Amino acid sequence: MVTITIDGNVCEVPANTTILEAAASVGIKIPTLCYLKDLNEVGGCRVCVVEVEGAEHLVAACNNIVLDGMVVHTNTPKVRAARMTNVELLLSQHDSSCTSCVRSGNCTLQTVANDLGIYRLPYKKHVEHNSWDRTFPLIRDNEKCIRCLRCIQVCEKVQGLGVWDLTNRASHASVDVCGRKPITEVDCAACGQCITHCPVGALRERDDTERVFDAMADPNKVVMFQIAPAVRTSWGEELGLSREEATVERLCSLLHAMGASYVFDTDFSADLTIMEEGSELLHRIARHDAGGEDAPALPLMTSCCPGWVRYVKARYPQFVPQVSTSKSPQQMFGAMAKTHYADALGVEAKDVFCVSVMPCVAKKTEAALPTMVGEGGDPDVDVVLTVREVVRMIRASHMDPASYEDRELDRPLGFGTGAGVIFGTTGGVMEAALRSAYFLVVGENPAPDAFKGVRGCDGWREAVFDLNGRELRVAVAHGLANAGKLLDALERGAVHYDFVEVMACPGGCVGGGGQPIQDGVELADERAAVLRALDHDAQIRFSHENPDVAACYRDFLCEPLSELSEKLLHTDHTAWDMP
Amino acid sequence: MARLHVMERSHAQAVMDDLHDALGRRLAVSSLAPCPVEFTAALVRMCSTQSCGKCTPCRVGLRALDDLLQDVLEGDANDDTLALIERTAETIYYSSDCAIGYEAGEMALTAIRGFRDDFEHHIQHHSCGFDRAEQVPCVSGCPAHVDIPGYISLVEAGRNTDAVKLIRKDNPLPCVCGLVCEHPCEMHCRRGMVDDPMNILALKRFATEHMECDYRPAIASATGKKIAIVGGGPAGLSCAYYLVVMGHKVTIFEQRKHLGGMLRYGIPSYRLPRERLQSEIDWILACGIDVELEHSIDAAELERLGADFDSVYLAIGAHADKKLGLPNEDAPGVESAVKMLRAIGDEVMPDLSDQRIVVVGGGNVAMDVARSAVRLGAQKVSIVYRRRICDMTAQDAEIAGAQAEGCEILELTAPVAVEVDASGHACGLRVQPQIIGEPRRGRPAPRASEEAERVIACERIYVAIGQDIVSAPFEAMGVACKWGRILTEPDGSVPGFDGMFCGGDCQTGPATVIRAINAGKVAAANIDHYLGFDHKIGIDTELPSLKLKGLHKCGRCELKEREAGERIDDWELVEQGLSSEEARQEASRCLRCDHFGFGSFRGGRIDQW
Repeated sequence: MVTITIDGNVCEVPANTTILEAAASVGIKIPTLCYLKDLNEVGGCRVCVVEVEGAEHLVAACNNIVLDGMVVHTNTPKVRAARMTNVELLLSQHDSSCTSCVRSGNCTLQTVANDLGIYRLPYKKHVEHNSWDRTFPLIRDNEKCIRCLRCIQVCEKVQGLGVWDLTNRASHASVDVCGRKPITEVDCAACGQCITHCPVGALRERDDTERVFDAMADPNKVVMFQIAPAVRTSWGEELGLSREEATVERLCSLLHAMGASYVFDTDFSADLTIMEEGSELLHRIARHDAGGEDAPALPLMTSCCPGWVRYVKARYPQFVPQVSTSKSPQQMFGAMAKTHYADALGVEAKDVFCVSVMPCVAKKTEAALPTMVGEGGDPDVDVVLTVREVVRMIRASHMDPASYEDRELDRPLGFGTGAGVIFGTTGGVMEAALRSAYFLVVGENPAPDAFKGVRGCDGWREAVFDLNGRELRVAVAHGLANAGKLLDALERGAVHYDFVEVMACPGGCVGGGGQPIQDGVELADERAAVLRALDHDAQIRFSHENPDVAACYRDFLCEPLSELSEKLLHTDHTAWDMP
Repeated sequence: MARLHVMERSHAQAVMDDLHDALGRRLAVSSLAPCPVEFTAALVRMCSTQSCGKCTPCRVGLRALDDLLQDVLEGDANDDTLALIERTAETIYYSSDCAIGYEAGEMALTAIRGFRDDFEHHIQHHSCGFDRAEQVPCVSGCPAHVDIPGYISLVEAGRNTDAVKLIRKDNPLPCVCGLVCEHPCEMHCRRGMVDDPMNILALKRFATEHMECDYRPAIASATGKKIAIVGGGPAGLSCAYYLVVMGHKVTIFEQRKHLGGMLRYGIPSYRLPRERLQSEIDWILACGIDVELEHSIDAAELERLGADFDSVYLAIGAHADKKLGLPNEDAPGVESAVKMLRAIGDEVMPDLSDQRIVVVGGGNVAMDVARSAVRLGAQKVSIVYRRRICDMTAQDAEIAGAQAEGCEILELTAPVAVEVDASGHACGLRVQPQIIGEPRRGRPAPRASEEAERVIACERIYVAIGQDIVSAPFEAMGVACKWGRILTEPDGSVPGFDGMFCGGDCQTGPATVIRAINAGKVAAANIDHYLGFDHKIGIDTELPSLKLKGLHKCGRCELKEREAGERIDDWELVEQGLSSEEARQEASRCLRCDHFGFGSFRGGRIDQW
């Protein structure tokens, strides 16, 4: 422990505590801008500077640790002048058109500038314009970039990709795609982690809300929404709703009021995914164990995360044959909606407009894949909205969410089990698959929580289960850097698995790149708890027990991996290329 | 893939290094040229190129600062701009993460605060108020404004007598200056931008050593005015020469046996041979100057001179020794450098055979004493200096010369006390080892280190820590002084004493030969004016027409030195002059800034003054 004095408060803190954390421990909040704990502790913005007695220069509070006897002043005229000047300097290179910025009201630069009482911009504006393909789901506006370097760090450290880099030096230092290549020509996974870690509006998703409003206004369109599992954990965050209030049923109610024809649940198609992927797993294991020339390799890897699929195709193409051919829940939903359900409703597929609400940016790329189309060549999913876009649509519709009652999701594509709902968190797909695989092998259900060994938050977890006498080795990874490590280990032969789940975003979809942004706070764990509780409290916790899924097979698909299932619910990952 | 790679220097890195060298050379010689605001803006911009781009104050702040400075330069600034410039620079200084930023901020702050008048002039008048100091850089850098490109062109043309004539227009002691001038002209030489500055000193020496014939200056018709000059050093001699050429009657009063002042009594013969000095003095005296040697002027005498002469020029120099203030400093065996060199000047050579000598000090005088001691037979000579060698004020060549001749320099060694033997004679210098630390008044200052004191055994100690001016007698009669220096008006006149002028070391404090020579020249012009005349000193030689040679890169010829082992046994000149071949080549390197560049527009040549 060291004893220090901060603004006159004598306090004792553990050695190696940063000045920032020490100040927070006595209730003094030092403003920060570029700082992200463990991820970006570079002291670049110089907003958190403080005065340390005995030092002529100001010191960054975020990346300097306290020393015994240190006397710190966090709010002297010298500190305030430097902070204010540095923010004014940043604003000189920032397009401050806050009124037309998606991050207005949720922008750290705006907050810091407002807090410091900056009411004029004394410096000449130098706003950098970058060219960008605005059809790509991820959009960078360098007019707004403040060079905090967070996007570079998250992409490099968490996702192991390194899409972003500092492309120039000195006063022209700029953050852009490494080597200034077009974003469409690099192996960006489109995970959106850079967006959720951006303190300002420099990074955002392509806004597709107008297309949805237009569809809902078109009397000839049957607009079907699907809501992904993790959306129900977070959509109320920016609207002032508690997690208890922000139920998926209330969102259903809002979307209906907005003009949706039907509001369904991706949990349904998650259960369908389990039926297909679980069956695929068992088939593959059987063929593998049988040996022979055609014996497929193990592990089988999940395919529901499009960020992961993009990553494995770009970086580890040798593993693509081991990625499950099952489409993701989003795409299974689209395929079912525009075939079986359209038929049931008596409408033509071309009149069905599928909108999915996702915690994800990569889903926008997935929906646009040439392989994800129906008979007529139209996409199975027409528009993918991030949670942030849906929230903007609610706002744009002048709705007061609190005044809407819950409304049950429409059937039959609107019912999911507890197994479907945990798709939204790391380990969830694995657990759901194991529950049903166990049933398919053993013929009876396991205890619902029998596979809780795959839960947790470590970036790469392993577990071994007994599947009717056959040892089943599984692994779960989230965050693409962890996935990379896992694949490297597989490649080296250092590890051996039968089934691997990968989610691109840390924490899985609950930490997805399409989720609401709360700067500096990682909410994945808190959101995951919502999903776990929903599963825990669900009446049905096994995908194979979903009555609507069962009906689907009975009335339409026949059985998992049937010819029709293969046609509608499976895909060829090699039929398209990553840059 | 390999785990590690051997570092290789890329072609681009080599180019970058070359350009940095070129820029360094350019900056080294160009301090007279720029407008302070232009320079500050460029400095800030240059600093910003070194920014990695991580931090706001450095990445954005330096550019914003440049914008604001451009506003000042373009007339778009007001007083608020200046306040914003200062606040921005302060933020860069205080809040940058590394030296790239905070040192840039500090430079900007220094410039903004140091050039505030110039900034305000730009803001208020939309123009630069800074004197354009650089017309021809070497001429501007020379305190006497000697026509350097002019005489170099004459040397190149093989007209050495004309070269000396041209030098004497502004400096009547070319032989002396060819040997011992500190050559501030070279500091600004534009040739330095190309490769190395010209060796101007060596070319001047060459001209004086290779005159085709002697000549006599034209003396103006007698004016009947009488001027007394007190002190026969460089200032007094310079003043005397110009006044006599103007037709005035001049008498020099010198307290010592010989004329020359510090040239004789401060600079040893191996740097400035006595006979050369004397012949230059004799050449000046031959113009018709009366000299009264060993004639000391006290206050009463000065009053008498005031009455008997039309004007008096006071140029008494700075000849008093400074004391260390250490215990036993008055013990036998402890002497001042001034006294030792003075005795040598009068040909009284102390015998230092088999003695161990300690010299205290780090200036040129300390080197002179140490090297003289070697020639006087000392067994061992140690130079004790409390700072580092690189902090010494002595010229590098003098330090290197002393070391080559066997003097040992004990840097970071501060004298604490003089040790005495039973008879009370000095037998050693007690010293405290030092450690270099924070800067004080611009230079890193030493402080006592944790090492223990020790004693350097010796038979004799010479103290060479600077000189004082013996101004007290004049101060007593009402001459205004500050820190011992005699105060004058900008024209050199002494307030309250009609007709009395003053200049040289006694007015500036200990300085250089060329500054004293210029002081004498300035005094001559102003005394002439005071006496009601307007004599002009000019030239009657045509300069060779300029030849276009094109630029050829070529290194600078340096003077060679005689072998150390040989020279320590005599008092002959250590440095050897340029050969004719070297002089021709060196002279041809001159870029002729009197013709090319700004010189062809303004101030290319001052024909007379």
